[in-house]
Amino acid sequence: MRPFAYVKPVDVETAVLAAAKPGAKFLGGGTNLVDLMREGIERPDTVVDVTGLPFDTVDELPGGGLRIGAMVRNSALAADPRVRARYPVLSQALLCGASGQLRNMATVGGNLLQRTRCPYFYDTAAACNKREPGSGCDALDGFNRGCAILGVSESCIATHPSDMCVALAALDAVVEVRGADGTRRIPLTDFHRLPGDTPEIETTLAPGDLVTAVELPPVAAGSRYRKVRDRASYAFALVSVAAALRVSDGIVTEVRLALGGVAPKPWRAREAERLLVGGPADEASFRRAAEAELAAATLRPDNAFKVALAASTVVATLRMLSTEGASR
Amino acid sequence: MSIDYVKPEQATGTTRYVGQAVDRVDGTAKTSGQARFAAEFPYPDLAHAALVHATIARGRITAIDTAAARVVHGVVDVLTHENAPAMKPAPKMSMLNLGSIASSSSVNYLATDEVHWNGQPVAVVVAETVETARYAASLVAPTYQELPAAVDFATEKHNAVPEKKGNPLLEGGADKGDATAALAAAPVSVDLEFSTPQYNHNAIEPHATTAVWDGDHLTLHDSTQNIGWVRKHLAQRFGVPEKSIRILSPFVGGGFGGKGRAWPGTLLAVLAARATGRAVRLALTREGVYHTVGGRTPSTQRVALGADAQGRLTAIVHTSVSRIARVGGLPEPVTTATHHLYAVPNIHLSHEVVELDLLTNTFMRAPGEAIGTFALESAIDELAWELGMDPIELRLRNEPERDPVSGKSFTQRMLREAYARGAERFGWRDRDPRPGVMRDGRWLVGMGVATAFRGSIHMPVHVTVRLGADGKLVVRCALHEIGMGTATAQAQIAADEMGVPLESVRVEYGDSELPRGVGAIGSAQTASAAASVLAACAKLRKAVLALAPPGSPLRGRRIEELEARDGGLHHRDGGQTYTEILTAAGRDHLEVEHKPTMLGFLARTVRDSRRWVKATTGAQFCEVRVDPDTGEVRVSRWLGVFDLGTVINARTAASQLRGGIVMGIGMALSEQTLIDHRTGRIMNPSLAEYHVPVHADIPHIDIDYLNEPDPTMPLGLHGIGEVSITGAAAAVANAVRHATGKRVRDLPITLDKLL
Ligand SMILES: Cc1cc2nc3c(=O)[nH]c(=O)nc-3n(C[C@H](O)[C@H](O)[C@H](O)COP(=O)(O)OP(=O)(O)OC[C@H]3O[C@@H](n4cnc5c(N)ncnc54)[C@H](O)[C@@H]3O)c2cc1C
Ligand code: SF4
Repeated sequence: MRPFAYVKPVDVETAVLAAAKPGAKFLGGGTNLVDLMREGIERPDTVVDVTGLPFDTVDELPGGGLRIGAMVRNSALAADPRVRARYPVLSQALLCGASGQLRNMATVGGNLLQRTRCPYFYDTAAACNKREPGSGCDALDGFNRGCAILGVSESCIATHPSDMCVALAALDAVVEVRGADGTRRIPLTDFHRLPGDTPEIETTLAPGDLVTAVELPPVAAGSRYRKVRDRASYAFALVSVAAALRVSDGIVTEVRLALGGVAPKPWRAREAERLLVGGPADEASFRRAAEAELAAATLRPDNAFKVALAASTVVATLRMLSTEGASR
Repeated sequence: MSIDYVKPEQATGTTRYVGQAVDRVDGTAKTSGQARFAAEFPYPDLAHAALVHATIARGRITAIDTAAARVVHGVVDVLTHENAPAMKPAPKMSMLNLGSIASSSSVNYLATDEVHWNGQPVAVVVAETVETARYAASLVAPTYQELPAAVDFATEKHNAVPEKKGNPLLEGGADKGDATAALAAAPVSVDLEFSTPQYNHNAIEPHATTAVWDGDHLTLHDSTQNIGWVRKHLAQRFGVPEKSIRILSPFVGGGFGGKGRAWPGTLLAVLAARATGRAVRLALTREGVYHTVGGRTPSTQRVALGADAQGRLTAIVHTSVSRIARVGGLPEPVTTATHHLYAVPNIHLSHEVVELDLLTNTFMRAPGEAIGTFALESAIDELAWELGMDPIELRLRNEPERDPVSGKSFTQRMLREAYARGAERFGWRDRDPRPGVMRDGRWLVGMGVATAFRGSIHMPVHVTVRLGADGKLVVRCALHEIGMGTATAQAQIAADEMGVPLESVRVEYGDSELPRGVGAIGSAQTASAAASVLAACAKLRKAVLALAPPGSPLRGRRIEELEARDGGLHHRDGGQTYTEILTAAGRDHLEVEHKPTMLGFLARTVRDSRRWVKATTGAQFCEVRVDPDTGEVRVSRWLGVFDLGTVINARTAASQLRGGIVMGIGMALSEQTLIDHRTGRIMNPSLAEYHVPVHADIPHIDIDYLNEPDPTMPLGLHGIGEVSITGAAAAVANAVRHATGKRVRDLPITLDKLL
């Protein structure tokens, strides 16, 4: 591994200052950053360890929401009784991710900012616009079974790999960020960017911006997370669905739907939601809504199956929620 | 049938350990961290090596810039083709030269500017720490002139040529009757194409070597499952006599065939140690294993079956295309099992091979049979659908009395019993034969079967057994412990043969100074060693008897009248302990050896193989659940019933058999090596992206075996390391067919193939 400096500030001002220097990177649990440094993909000069900062609690917000510190570990968050009771979709999404050991290390902040698992991004011998802007995209005509079908561009078709973020997108989470100019609040759905011509720019953060918390508004609807993958555990999503649903007299009164594994960012399925609300909670309308959301898909030979898979996973998840009636 | 091994004069009374679920003798050492693996031997002047891998598939290195690497603090040396001392070229492949079969490729690493595969080592960095070595390796900058390369099996398979006759490791093609005509005339037939991807090795211990030269004497700690071959190969490559190389491999963290040859990591560690004068450790990264250790060839296969309306087979055609590398590899004997499984008058079997610019292929658990049985046993299942017949019934109807191709007899063949027992235990009769109707909630449920088959081989092994006056026994042989319980099994056998407690037996192994063993390959080790341990123990008992002092109740007895038990030899009129006998004779110990000659062994093997087909077989039962929304397949139940001869250790045997089934489930559902069709580069060289099954993928695996000794084998036992992967993938595919009505012919059965 390339030599680098390591600092571990204990207050947020020092952390933000240290990270404002070019070549600096925050370090959460290190489960993604350290991997990428080993592969020579991330090459920071300074690593600013933020796990000593006091953002490691989950707190009640007035009005019934939760405020989750950015340094809360993924396993702690998944096990939090309030999260399990009020936001089951989030707890389930976290538990679908990685492995127990990784979740013990991984932080909320790091999970938001983890980078794609596109195989060509991971191999410095390959052409990849995200890793090496302008070098090309080997995934277009290579292994793209795991790649995205929505929101892609000709320069990059990689997915955002996080499970947690898909649940957060469905829950209208807001990310709190501390930068040189103070604190900002960014809706999760605006936090990640689509690739366009600059796939190397993945979020709306400025250099040195520190994620300090994620806030969840109260959600009344029952919710659940469904992840579909190539083995029963320890694999990234081919497709995942985070959904919350409220049905009254067979009519959908509230729905939240987000997709993972299909787009360069956690994909809030607004079009599907629009079609669902006020309509019957039945299989046919679930399918119609899912297909409408996926109509704009851009397909490659290896990932074309994701349209059918995503549609039937949406249907299956909504079906489950509508028959359960309540949260689980 | 002659009874060669279980001779009455060698019978030793009641068995006490053989067959029992004895704990591993090295269990505590392994679970408490005392067992040392190849990358764990400390040396005061130890340096660490890291490889630089080529990033092109074929071409020449026009320049290699090592300046940046050299100036890194702690770098000892950077070896490239421009400065490395030359090794001797790899010997040409010949069955008479075991060192040549150990050769993993013909490439003369660091003595050539040629690149033959994407990932080939082109430089070695030696440094004071492993971190420094790896960092400096990332700074070595080769420049290449690229040449056209053939790397994509899917497009290149059309250039395959018939496999040349005469590869003795390969059970080749076969022709009997007129399969083409019989197929055309058959009232019921299936004709199917199958494909299997490349699979790669993922032993828990990545390959590692620690190499130490002292003058022309080399000490090597190597993660090998083949001490003898590797030593021979290294002697040839480094121009030193075999006896000046000592290989120590007491513990190896899994092999599966991937540690059976001398891969570049081993060679380059030895070369780096030679060049730097330091003790050098080279522990491959997981990615390094993918780039420098071969995997199982991909294949395409055609299986066509003809049958009459009653389901009696009239024709089998099984052909395959597999690949080797332009720089080496052995053709995969894909149709081996098809030679032996079904009574059919017309048979055509053939292999074609294409050479690619990739890393060589190599042995992987049941080479040939593992993928061959996937195609054959899927096709048999499909024929059962065509016939509307139960797939077990179809198999039993075609169960041969004699070997179908050669007409030889089977030394043992209990597939009927295995299926009968399995069907009962698995609840086969509850299977609704219609596809897609069994359900568990929303899950579709399917049940499938397939036959397992693995030919049984063994090799000559040299063993010494030493009996101390303290009654303790030491068995010495350069065997390999790669996780299967080698020492435990041989200790059980020796304890029974000599009638001593298991705790009194120590097995010394994993050291080339010990009497020559056999590679832990081809499921050959346990049976091969057992034959010699039995023979040596028989000699030892005779030698003990000859020492019986005047007045001993043993004096004047014939060995056949005695029993070895309670730490001595006993007649019904009385006996003496070994301690009493040796002490009275003034002996501190007695040592005997059994050293079969290669010639005698070969003569015997040839004689045997003219008469018999020896194999282990089994019936695999699989139940799957398939999610009708997503196509996800989960194996929910498994039973394997095997015919293995005598089982030495019920616990380690069950582990071996389960391990093979787990690997078979991986083959069936999730594993595949992704090789980029443009660059020949492996794109998923990690445990995150190469999907071996995880715990959550594997249900409880029920294991049963018949435990009938094969009368032609020592103690009636066969090797059992490989048989259980065979048939496994087909059992999964057949269960999926039953659950969904879909026949997936291309492995792995990922969910997109079921949507
Ligand atoms: C084998 C494997 C399998 C995995 N499988 C899954 C899976 O199935 N599903 C899934 O969702 N994830 C999976 N993951 C990814 C895992 O969830 C992430 O690695 C983890 O969440 C990252 O968190 P971390 O704290 O370790 O981040 P780090 O590795 O420490 O950091 C990641 C990035 O975030 C930045 N960062 C960290 N904290 C902050 C902060 N507070 N503010 C601003 N920037 C910050 C870092 O600079 C870095 O760029 C897997 C990972 C591995 C290694
Ligand atoms: S899809 Fe994106 S991440 Fe993958 S190779 Fe192309 S540019 Fe790189």
